Amino acid sequence: MSWLATTDPLFTNSGHVGLAIIVIVVVKMLLGLGLLMTSVILMIWFERKAISDMQSRIGPQRWGPFGLLQTLADGLKLILKEDLIPSEADRTVFKLAPFLVLVPAIITFGLVPIGGTLTIAGHKVLLQVANPPMGILLLLAMSGISVYGVMLAGWSSGSKYPLLSSVRASAQMISYEAALGMTIVTVVLVTGSLSVHNIVTSQADGVWHWNLIRLGVVPFVVFVIAITAELNRPPFDVVEAESELVGGFHTEYSSFRFAIFFLAEYMNTITMSAIIVTLFLGGPAGWAPNVAHLKWLFPIAWFLVKTVGFAFCYIWFRASLPRFRYDQLMDLGWKRLIPLSLGWMLIVAGFLVAPGWGFMMGAVVLLAYSVLARAFSLGQTREVGVDSVLPMVGARPLPGEVLRSSSDEGSD
Amino acid sequence: MIAAAYTTPSVLVFATSALLILVGAIGVIAVKNPVHAALCLIMTLIGVAVAFVAQSADFLAAVQIIVYAGAIVVLFLFVIMFLGVDRREHIHFEPLVGQRAFAAVGVAITVGGLIALMAKSHWVSGATSVTTKLSAGSGNVHELGTAVFTTYLFAFEATAALLIIAVVGAVLLARRERPIQSEKEA
Repeated sequence: MSWLATTDPLFTNSGHVGLAIIVIVVVKMLLGLGLLMTSVILMIWFERKAISDMQSRIGPQRWGPFGLLQTLADGLKLILKEDLIPSEADRTVFKLAPFLVLVPAIITFGLVPIGGTLTIAGHKVLLQVANPPMGILLLLAMSGISVYGVMLAGWSSGSKYPLLSSVRASAQMISYEAALGMTIVTVVLVTGSLSVHNIVTSQADGVWHWNLIRLGVVPFVVFVIAITAELNRPPFDVVEAESELVGGFHTEYSSFRFAIFFLAEYMNTITMSAIIVTLFLGGPAGWAPNVAHLKWLFPIAWFLVKTVGFAFCYIWFRASLPRFRYDQLMDLGWKRLIPLSLGWMLIVAGFLVAPGWGFMMGAVVLLAYSVLARAFSLGQTREVGVDSVLPMVGARPLPGEVLRSSSDEGSD
Repeated sequence: MIAAAYTTPSVLVFATSALLILVGAIGVIAVKNPVHAALCLIMTLIGVAVAFVAQSADFLAAVQIIVYAGAIVVLFLFVIMFLGVDRREHIHFEPLVGQRAFAAVGVAITVGGLIALMAKSHWVSGATSVTTKLSAGSGNVHELGTAVFTTYLFAFEATAALLIIAVVGAVLLARRERPIQSEKEA
């Protein structure tokens, strides 16, 4: 296990894993899970309160002070309800799907550095559940896995609207993963390391070193849009569009299984706010006064303030932005965000080598964009004529031609 | 070297990954429902990723999950969903005429080759990295990047070009023009 020492100072002790280290790791995991669960409860309350304020309503107020315990009451109610499985459902997959959403949501939160480093009983402890060497790639891997939860939930329900929703969800999440990956590559390029801890420490020297400013604002904007689409949150919630799809992929789910989907959705919202803060806003970096024994508290406070800020942004999006149409969503993902993030990544890579290369890359990217814009405008105004069909290759028609002539026979 | 590699945790990790890989692989061919088969395939891929992590190939493990489990099998499932698995196909005729014998021969050759390889070469080399020693700190992403973009640059770019050609070819084959009169007569 000595390779763990390359990223986590906890394991540097000549590869020997003693009882103290095991206890520290388990406590970190439990604390992380507890923090996540508590923040989910608060987040749901916060969202309901903030939205009701924006809509001039009162919102939850009966249970606990300011209605704080409303989420607990709702959770209890959900668990006590009858658990239905539709007769057409694929039972195994139907039961498996909620956990395929929940587990990645929990694992991703483990990546986020909440504060700096603590020294407990002679061991240096990162305030981060785990700092794996593959680092930020685990975020992409987990968002890849959580696609299955949504997809299989819709399919296994054996019902039409959930199936439509899950097809939409999988297409949407895969499309936006490309732009997401490219912006993360930009961050990794400038950090020179995949480890989340290094990404945070490289931004520690003041606001001008935050990736938000260091990389130009473009990757940040692309990342926020792409991650909102990954979350299936408004304005990208075509997956759960009530007016079109009843309730989306979890229409047939009830009771505890529905509660798991709900929980995972809010966990993801919090985790992604935290990930945005980690990648672009310096994570726990911020001003800290020199107070003895309490210095480690300030990074945590900064991290919480920034994360709550982004969580509020998500609520704000939901309250103010209308839902995208499905084809607009695909257009935005494939035709705008992917070229933009790819081009910006090349420019950043160029500037990392030398300013001359950066400007050259900028020129190349601009040229490519103008070609792309021309292609888009041609594609939109194209008249289909004889010239636009490719000539036959050789004597035999291509399989496509045969298919075309046989399938187009009765269509017009 | 070999004795040093066999600690209890590493044996446990290996057993877990081997179990995931084997159960998944057998499931892919044994299970009737295509969606379940795809799920078994994901299980195998995750098992392989665990094996990669155990070999300190973290980057490979992450890419394994992101690309194979996160994108390719999702596309498989996508196609399965669109075609619909409700209509089970009842195959009344033998779909593979004579191929089964060839398959048996192929399996025999492969297994024989593997056994021969294992007998001839070293079972475990003990090395975790072929290109260079894993230096502390820089990690294997650095080594992998250097290898791919210097020594194996041509092979890497050729693979990239091959994939692009395949994509463009697929788009070309699947492209359908809206029908117009003159095209039908041609």
